[in-house]
Amino acid sequence: MADKLHFALVSPEAELFSGEVDQVDIPGTEGDLGVLPNHSALMAAIRTGAITVFDGGETTQYFVQGGFADVTPDGLTVLAEKATLMADIDKEALQSDLDAAKARIENLEGEAALIVQQDIDGLSELIAG
Amino acid sequence: MPSLKELKNRIGSVKNTQKITRAMQMVAAAKLRKAQEAAEKSRPYSDRISNIIANLAQSMQGGGDAPAMLTGNGKDETYLLVVATADRGLCGGFNTNIVRKAREEIVALKKAGKTVKLYLIGKKGKEQLSRLYEDDIVEYISLKEEKTIHSGIALGIGQKITAMFEAGEFDVCKLIFSEFENVMTQNPIAKTIIPAAAGIEEGSDADAAENGGSFYTYEPDEEGILRVLLPRNINTQIFTALLENQAGEMGSKMTAMDNATRNAGDMIDKLTLTFNRTRQAQITSELIEIISGAEAL
Repeated sequence: MADKLHFALVSPEAELFSGEVDQVDIPGTEGDLGVLPNHSALMAAIRTGAITVFDGGETTQYFVQGGFADVTPDGLTVLAEKATLMADIDKEALQSDLDAAKARIENLEGEAALIVQQDIDGLSELIAG
Repeated sequence: MPSLKELKNRIGSVKNTQKITRAMQMVAAAKLRKAQEAAEKSRPYSDRISNIIANLAQSMQGGGDAPAMLTGNGKDETYLLVVATADRGLCGGFNTNIVRKAREEIVALKKAGKTVKLYLIGKKGKEQLSRLYEDDIVEYISLKEEKTIHSGIALGIGQKITAMFEAGEFDVCKLIFSEFENVMTQNPIAKTIIPAAAGIEEGSDADAAENGGSFYTYEPDEEGILRVLLPRNINTQIFTALLENQAGEMGSKMTAMDNATRNAGDMIDKLTLTFNRTRQAQITSELIEIISGAEAL
């Protein structure tokens, strides 16, 4: 049997997922990355977007807003600021988040603006899709 | 000897009090379940974030340019104590225990010649601490208006503390709150949150050592991650503390109100006994009067 990856998705409010999976795709700030079992130790910041969990031919998607992915020999832990199951998404709430982000970017520049811009992109993509 | 009427009134008033305390107990029990759930759900996140920081602290050891928030700014002159208490009373010794812990810390620090600043969360703690340490209080907020503890509250407090640290207003930050163990036991504890590495060494040292051999790849880079992660850690610690406090407050209130209800019951029993005895004595004395009156004829 092939190795499995231990994956845990936690937000401050709850632990959304914890278990063994085949592969997890996470949206890093520098680009998407796929994590397979026995990945080397990695610490990555996450942008707003979708996490895809592959397990036994099935995929589950979670929507996350900001946070960190921590890969250790024990597995992958995603600490998300906000996380929801893709199926349970409340588009109206997202729209208000998007508006808030758009308002915020007005007074920002440089790196901070880039981060917020990533949020905006992620959110608009999701609302459109 | 109180008259029958007086006794009756007293029994009535104790019964009313009992009704109130019983209602409060039931409300606390219902809230406790929710608060406990919330506290337990937040634990994985805060545990993991502590683990990550422990790992980072481990791998950054020796590197001279670790951020001040992680390893301290090299001084320990000014302490900021964040004391989280409840906004409401009638919950047994809950608030008093936290305040006592805070006072012990303050006394110990002052004895060592340190400057102490207080950041108070919750009305009850302020009432008790402002009597002794009025001048040391730098910030006070009440959560009375908030219906539930959400991460936004912790975020606000966390940002304030982070800003204060960056402005050099304090060197070490300790968070004093009550750890929820179970309904009967809440332990007031003081946890160092700035520098972040200090708080972790006590608890998960073994954990850090286990993973210490692995070298992290950082994306984007170490600094960028730490810059976001460390303030996040502060917010999380505060959030967890508030949730634990809430659960503790409810547990404590439930126990206190349960006791009060039981005491009221005992009191009613005692008063009813006195009432019956008095009534009996009155009847007996009336009978004697009638009989001796009849005999005199």
